[in-house]
Amino acid sequence: MAGDEATLEVFRYRPDDGGAPVFDTYRVPYRADWVVLDALNYVKDHLDGTLSYRWSCRMGVCGSCGMMVNGEPRLTCAAFLKEWHPKPIRVEPLAGFPVVRDLVINMEGFLHKMKKAKTWLLPKEPRTIEQGEYRQTPAELATYKQFSMCINCMLCYAACPVFALEPEFLGPAAIALAQRYNMDSRDQGEQARADALWSHEGIWECTFVGDCSHVCPKHVDPASAIQQAKMSHTTDLMKSFLMPWGKR
Amino acid sequence: MTASATSPAADARSRELIRPVPATWWLKRGVYVRFMLREWTCVPVAAYAYFLLELMSKAKDRPALDAFCAALKHPGWIALHVLCLVAVCYHAATFFTAAGKVLVVRRGEDRVPPAAIAGAHYAAWLVASVVIAVLVWIA
Repeated sequence: MAGDEATLEVFRYRPDDGGAPVFDTYRVPYRADWVVLDALNYVKDHLDGTLSYRWSCRMGVCGSCGMMVNGEPRLTCAAFLKEWHPKPIRVEPLAGFPVVRDLVINMEGFLHKMKKAKTWLLPKEPRTIEQGEYRQTPAELATYKQFSMCINCMLCYAACPVFALEPEFLGPAAIALAQRYNMDSRDQGEQARADALWSHEGIWECTFVGDCSHVCPKHVDPASAIQQAKMSHTTDLMKSFLMPWGKR
Repeated sequence: MTASATSPAADARSRELIRPVPATWWLKRGVYVRFMLREWTCVPVAAYAYFLLELMSKAKDRPALDAFCAALKHPGWIALHVLCLVAVCYHAATFFTAAGKVLVVRRGEDRVPPAAIAGAHYAAWLVASVVIAVLVWIA
């Protein structure tokens, strides 16, 4: 009976076979409190142990289980079967990334972009442990806090058509995090990030489709971060042009 | 062949699947369709800019201006004007929505909601439209 089972159409790519990718159909028990990841785990445990995919925390924190679910980038640990049941649920690897096997994508390029954008704190002054922590007011924290919620799940990249068409694009998460540190009162790394951010592959590649913000499970709003970075950079350029004697 | 090309990592990369992006990618999601519509609004806007240039070029030639204005009653011209109006309104709406994301206004530690920023833009648009309408009516 259709109400008792859910149908999964799962993208399979087996590089060892050398063949084209296919969709394998699995019927799994339907439970209203199951998420797509539960269904994939059922397939792995009971139906087909060769299925490959990434997951870890099962609670929307680690960012490992991002996949395309019926064409939409989702954390499969937070995508309930009941959203689509009794229609078939098609599960694919995150769009725009090279596929290593089945639902596993190669994230090396993403990690390289994080490194390129220097998405970590470059402090204004080195402090020893004895000197204590880098202090910050609640108002200073509020300026960037939203952008610091990123869990590196890459859903924003899978939603971004610019990244799909231009893989060199620095991309939503890397820019949002770089902007997060640029806005941090403890940081002085803006110039160190400038080459990556202000280049053609950086903020100016973004055409503001905006889907990165729609799919973000943590409401980071990377589209907003990128547009704010554009505004900030343009303002600095205008200031340097109109007031070349001024200090940025 | 270099040593690195035969490493396990290089071998694994060579077997990765690169999925092509079809030309119809923008039809896959409503957000993409709305984005493309926004981009295409530049065509009617450019057409209307050309129309205005034509109109200005005839400003000092009264017979030519009258003939041009008479021709504007043709359904084709009316359709073009309606299309341009819809395109500009849609572009303005997307621009105002974007303004809410780009402009960060803070009241203390709280950010003024993007919807309020967009609302302020709509209000300014309304005021500007009323002022222009009054000026045209007076003229």
